[in-house]
Amino acid sequence: MIETLIQGILLGGYYAMLAAGLAFLYSVMGIINLAHGSFAVLAAYLVVGLAKHAGMDPFLAILLVLPVMAIIGMLVERLILEPSQRGGQLLAVLATFGLSVVLDNAMFQAYGANTQSLAPYVGDLSWASWEIGDIYIGKLAALTLVAAVAVLGGLQIFLSYTPLGRAIRATAQDSDTAGLVGIDTRRARMIATAVAFIAVGLAGAALGLRATFTPYAGTPQLLFAFQATVIGGTGSIWGTLLGGIVLGLAQTFGAEISTQGFFIGGNLVFFAVLFARLYSGSIRLPRFKTISGK
Amino acid sequence: MSQLEISNLTARHGLLTAVRDVSFGLEKGEILAIVGANGAGKSTLLRAIAGGHGDHVGDVSLDGTSLNGRKSHERVRRGLVLVPEGRRLFPRMTVEENLALGAQVGRSGEWTVGRVFEIFDNLVKRRNSKAQNLSGGEQQATAIGRALVTNPDVILFDEISLGLSPAIVDRVYSIMPRLRESQTSTIIVEQDLSRAMKVADRIICMLEGQAVLAGPTSELTREQIVDAYFGLSGSRGNGEAPA
Repeated sequence: MIETLIQGILLGGYYAMLAAGLAFLYSVMGIINLAHGSFAVLAAYLVVGLAKHAGMDPFLAILLVLPVMAIIGMLVERLILEPSQRGGQLLAVLATFGLSVVLDNAMFQAYGANTQSLAPYVGDLSWASWEIGDIYIGKLAALTLVAAVAVLGGLQIFLSYTPLGRAIRATAQDSDTAGLVGIDTRRARMIATAVAFIAVGLAGAALGLRATFTPYAGTPQLLFAFQATVIGGTGSIWGTLLGGIVLGLAQTFGAEISTQGFFIGGNLVFFAVLFARLYSGSIRLPRFKTISGK
Repeated sequence: MSQLEISNLTARHGLLTAVRDVSFGLEKGEILAIVGANGAGKSTLLRAIAGGHGDHVGDVSLDGTSLNGRKSHERVRRGLVLVPEGRRLFPRMTVEENLALGAQVGRSGEWTVGRVFEIFDNLVKRRNSKAQNLSGGEQQATAIGRALVTNPDVILFDEISLGLSPAIVDRVYSIMPRLRESQTSTIIVEQDLSRAMKVADRIICMLEGQAVLAGPTSELTREQIVDAYFGLSGSRGNGEAPA
């Protein structure tokens, strides 16, 4: 029971890491990035590529991939999100969906269907554990949870206490007025997207370290990230951590009941929280602007 | 040459022309009041000057430098700031954070967050309150403070007293002598004619998007302004505000 609880919390750390970029982009810019999982997989491929072909230490490779992800994020914002948002939020969501399809197939073309993983490059980290009495705590899972807390804490500090974070929050709340008080809203949006994509890069690294992946692994990762974000609520950075942990616990306890219980448990909690939020009015279904503008 | 020059400014809301071919200048340290009925185009004019209304043509120049094509944040950095109608604070940010946003523009000058708290001392105990929880007067003080800490050369107030009690309006207007002392040029859009005539050096009256009357406050009578305000004078301006 206690071990299941701990495994659930540790799994939740991975989901929180996975969801951080998605929740950040949604909460500060109102964009549901359906290409989130695909970009995480892309980051994982980039890290594996550096480790495999350049013989680089995987953790050094992660540090190198993060600025690349930031640049990709800025390009995505400038070339895809900003133009598509002029046509309404729905167009931006559809644009990210299209982007995920293109990205998945481009990765398939580039890397093939073989599974990849970072595990062979990190020694025993991916399977080693600490033994405390009868309880085993996976080192990688614990590291991922600590990293998730650090990332979410860093995002919270960045948004709350830095001038740039204030500018991003102001832009998210009222872009027109932000411009009228001297904030370069385009720059703020680009930086916010870059930060979100750095978080996506870390999520991809975590994926590569803990599991195998293929070019089409992005969709299930997106679903888990989306579930964690909805469960935790989009209003707070720490809600993402809570959402990830709740999802991890639901899946882990579900798996104790039956093999299919892993997914059923997570989905049940997700739908229960979603409907509770909808009926309580704490979240509302988005009203997308249609092509005709109505 | 005036500090702020507006030439042949026309602004539209879709098919509706809200401001028609308006021209005027604002001297350094001057307080100019723009009056007119609802829908006269006052707020659109101010937003167009501040760069917050995209659909406009005409020239806006500050200290001889054209601001045409400059976005609103660039105009703030050059010293032109708007206190928008309805305050438009960032509701989920605190008073202090709202003020800090203005301060991070980085223009040097006498206005700091601390000085704003000295002038509007009612904000001191509310400094950590979210803007959405403030009273109307506190919100207006915060909005004015947020504009002041950008240390502007020209400040535009849109509907400065709208929805506020007379006592609060007195407090808000108490800032005007300080602006005059610091040679900050000011445009106020005001529906309260008495207030406007009391504080302004010059008045422009707008009707249906046009400047139909303009002149020094000392040379205009209340009757002239009221006639222009309601379009009773029988004459419409030719677009250029009379000097």
